[in-house]
Amino acid sequence: MSLGPAEVAKIAHLARLAIRDEDAPAYARNLSAILELVEQMNAVDTTGVVPMAHPLDMAQRLRADEVGEPNQREHFQAIAPRTEAGLYLVPKVIE
Amino acid sequence: MHDKTIAQLGAGLAAGEFSGEELVRAFLERIARHNPQLNAFITITAESALTQARAADQHRQRGAVGPLAGVPIAHKDIFCTNGVRTSCGSRILDRFIAPYDATVVEKLNAAGAVVLGKTNMDEFAMGSSNETSFYGPARNPWDLKAVPGGSSGGSAAAVAARLTPGATGTDTGGSIRQPAALCGVTGIKPTYGRVSRWGMIAYASSLDQGGPMARTAEDCALLLGAMAGFDPRDSTSVDRPVPDYVAALDRPLDGLKIGLPKEYFGEGLDGEVARVVEAAIAEYRRLGANIIEVSLPNSQLAIPAYYVIAPAECSSNLARFDGVRYGHRCENPKDLLDLYTRSRGEGFGAEVKRRILVGTFALSAGYYDAYYLKAQQIRRLISDDFRRAFERVDVIAGPTSPTVAFNLGEKVDDPITMYLSDIYTIAVNLAGLPGLSLPVGFVGQRPVGLQLIGNYFAEDRLLNVAHRYQQVTDWHRRAPAAFA
Amino acid sequence: MMEWETVIGLEIHAQLATKSKIFSGAATAYGAEPNTQACAIDLGLPGVLPVLNREAVRMAVTFGLAIGAEVARRSVFARKNYFYPDLPKGYQISQYELPVVQKGQLTIDLDDGTSKVIGITRAHLEEDAGKSLHEDFHGLSGIDLNRAGTPLLEIVSEPDLRSAREAVAYMKKLHQMVVYLGICDGNMQEGSFRCDANVSVRPKGDPKFGTRAEIKNLNSFRFVERAIEFEIERQIDLIESGGKVVQETRLYDPDKGETRSMRGKEEANDYRYFPDPDLLPLVIDEEFIATARAGLPELPDAKKQRFMSQYGLSTYDAGVLTTSRALGAYYEETVAALGGEPKLCANWVMGDLSAFLNKDNRDIAQSPVGAAQLAGLLRRIQDRTISGKIAKEVFEALWAGEGDADAIIEKRGLKQITDTSAIEKVIDDVIAANPEQLAQYRAGKDKLFGFFVGQVMKLSKGKANPQQVNDLLAQKLK
Repeated sequence: MSLGPAEVAKIAHLARLAIRDEDAPAYARNLSAILELVEQMNAVDTTGVVPMAHPLDMAQRLRADEVGEPNQREHFQAIAPRTEAGLYLVPKVIE
Repeated sequence: MHDKTIAQLGAGLAAGEFSGEELVRAFLERIARHNPQLNAFITITAESALTQARAADQHRQRGAVGPLAGVPIAHKDIFCTNGVRTSCGSRILDRFIAPYDATVVEKLNAAGAVVLGKTNMDEFAMGSSNETSFYGPARNPWDLKAVPGGSSGGSAAAVAARLTPGATGTDTGGSIRQPAALCGVTGIKPTYGRVSRWGMIAYASSLDQGGPMARTAEDCALLLGAMAGFDPRDSTSVDRPVPDYVAALDRPLDGLKIGLPKEYFGEGLDGEVARVVEAAIAEYRRLGANIIEVSLPNSQLAIPAYYVIAPAECSSNLARFDGVRYGHRCENPKDLLDLYTRSRGEGFGAEVKRRILVGTFALSAGYYDAYYLKAQQIRRLISDDFRRAFERVDVIAGPTSPTVAFNLGEKVDDPITMYLSDIYTIAVNLAGLPGLSLPVGFVGQRPVGLQLIGNYFAEDRLLNVAHRYQQVTDWHRRAPAAFA
Repeated sequence: MMEWETVIGLEIHAQLATKSKIFSGAATAYGAEPNTQACAIDLGLPGVLPVLNREAVRMAVTFGLAIGAEVARRSVFARKNYFYPDLPKGYQISQYELPVVQKGQLTIDLDDGTSKVIGITRAHLEEDAGKSLHEDFHGLSGIDLNRAGTPLLEIVSEPDLRSAREAVAYMKKLHQMVVYLGICDGNMQEGSFRCDANVSVRPKGDPKFGTRAEIKNLNSFRFVERAIEFEIERQIDLIESGGKVVQETRLYDPDKGETRSMRGKEEANDYRYFPDPDLLPLVIDEEFIATARAGLPELPDAKKQRFMSQYGLSTYDAGVLTTSRALGAYYEETVAALGGEPKLCANWVMGDLSAFLNKDNRDIAQSPVGAAQLAGLLRRIQDRTISGKIAKEVFEALWAGEGDADAIIEKRGLKQITDTSAIEKVIDDVIAANPEQLAQYRAGKDKLFGFFVGQVMKLSKGKANPQQVNDLLAQKLK
């Protein structure tokens, strides 16, 4: 699979990444090369092979329904780019 | 003092030969002197290190303390450290002061270890040379023109240059073992789930695993004993007792079955590296091990599968860096989309962007089955290869990396060539197995690492096998001349 | 003129009534100061990890059992990836391919008295997002992440609903069910139970579905009904005037009573679902299911049937009294305390008690008159200590907290007069005071009988036993 600058722009939008126009061809080239590399997987027939999502065959552990997290708003918002009245501020959200 | 191992430093502290404070001052001095050249540390926490050292000294006066009390270490800058910048080697977290401690940090603090600072790394652990770091590459102490490997390159360089006796690292596709090999130190990636991932900034969650890097297997055993263990905050952490790794070190190797995967000695392996590795194998034969050839037939698929799975997970894991709650935010965003795209566009470097893009693509509608699902199937095949091999052998051995350290700038513009330097380490992460790299010689000035792969939770065996070798060889004691 | 058929499917989000969040130990309480219940995990700080809340799983399983669904022995959490400021991690943890509850059903009662089975495709666990506040902060929006990570059960129906009325009946039944099960507080103002409706129309008899529009975030039964009705009309008008329905998300504006397109936010969503590598497969064993089953309450339909057979109640009365678990329990406690008279109890619970609750806008759980107290009052009606009319006065005093029924009757001297001679004396006084009416009555004006009853009751301050008054008056007036 080979990607062109237009496809890269589309993927970059999905990933919310600003890519400069002049960099797009290099990304397209590199991405196409990476896809070519990963497509070596197609050399093997994997029909019927159960996909492996986790290295260990374990089940999800469940925690007790207990409130154990104190309010740390000031601590957490000390590292926030912009807050006011305890809220995180962002450019207007339009619904 | 700086040339002693953690075990020796622990003994010296216990015997009162020097205090923890004296020790820390000695290492801080070395860091001040050598770090400008090496760029192994991103952040140096001199003040808190002295406070920790004094506290450890006081503890010692009051009674029995553990083997790591007062011992200086460094953390890869991927582990969150409360009140200290945790950059993950990225501009996007350049001003991020972590508001909490990672479990690994917490555990080592509790053991009395003293944190000298945070080490350099490839941005978000994506790289094999340390060159993707926003803070510039760390350098290889054996040859400043060479890369230290990556992504835990800062930790490896700092240990090799005796700027710290031990350090933490993380390994998603070889990021502990490959820099350990390239810098001539010992490092172990434990079984997935052995060390908690809480507070360790995620690159690829199903592959990431933290582990120690030090000069000897014994030191790694000491560090791993403190780092490992069940953590209820990590759903993928395994609830299983931590063995006494130090106690298991001396077990004789008579009758040990070491498997050599024929796929790890073929095309792509540098001839001189091969000769060094073969010499190490010969040493093991002398130590009583039986050497058996095994096959891992799907080895060549590890890199392709990895470069789908890791980018897919990272594309999602790195979505939280959006300039809203923490981290870099672009100037004067004109709207929400602009806030996202520009903050992320400015905050991430080229390699991180590449992987996010590849992962986003691989998960997108219409491509999921062909890429992501296929990669997970390949992952199963690779894991099955190991399962079969471990029915016949106790440990698998081979080169850690196909070449010795390459030069800075040599591969940085060619992602594919860079990716291939992890050809022998990546499969271990896909399977979730433990892997260790130990120094076994040199090609010219540059060290060669031997990789030992164990069965699930056989960290004790790997450390034992490495330790016995280090009892009869001295590669691990060699120091780069400029930093001896 | 074409005849149209409406096809509706509902996706309902029920907030699960856990104390802590689905993946973190932060509180879920409603109405806290912004971001004071958002911990490191809810904020998506670097390095944090989710651990699943057992109670949320138990609630989902309980729901599955209650609707006769298949509870998946193995289900998987997936990440739904998209960027939005109220979504801190850039993905929502949800269930995609393998939900915990699969294929169930719910029977709804229709207006014509018949019932209909509505299929439930699936119900899955997921985390809620935060909230964007649109008050103006220098032209910016404020983000409150208290709600982020609150457990939700998303319940997806089959497209089995054929009208707005049916949709509302289904939603109400589901609401009753989740509240009954104690897995959701059902508070719609606070957003604990909200609905997205998929609406399409097709020519009657056409087997193919029409193109559907999804109406988002409907948080009242009335809005659901109005929004769907508006949407049906809109789609039919559109098609009949030669237009085409486009598949899109629409928003209901309750002030204008119309739906409008949310285009813009829609642009080519590609959620890139994949299994969350931070969470392992959720495995539910037989023991877990057995425990959940053992904790299952009697369900509304079963309780209604039992009330009809056990207490001889009408379908209507049984339906009203089983609207909520607490009301049913109150009723049954009253009957038990009284030792019978289920119809009398039903009349009082549905009558005076409900009226007072409504007036004070209280829930049955907050009734100042307990079941035992009410039974104490009814006992005095039963043994004719007081009349039904006096009982209403006593009930008011009970409500006002003046003690139990006997004390009130005693204190206020409301005890019914059943002593024949005492009643006769009152009757004699009344007859003596009204010679004119007596003459008229005896001349054949029968309906004056009621006048005499009234006068006797008035003079006895309502305490004379009405039956005895009737009997004795009839004799005396002869």
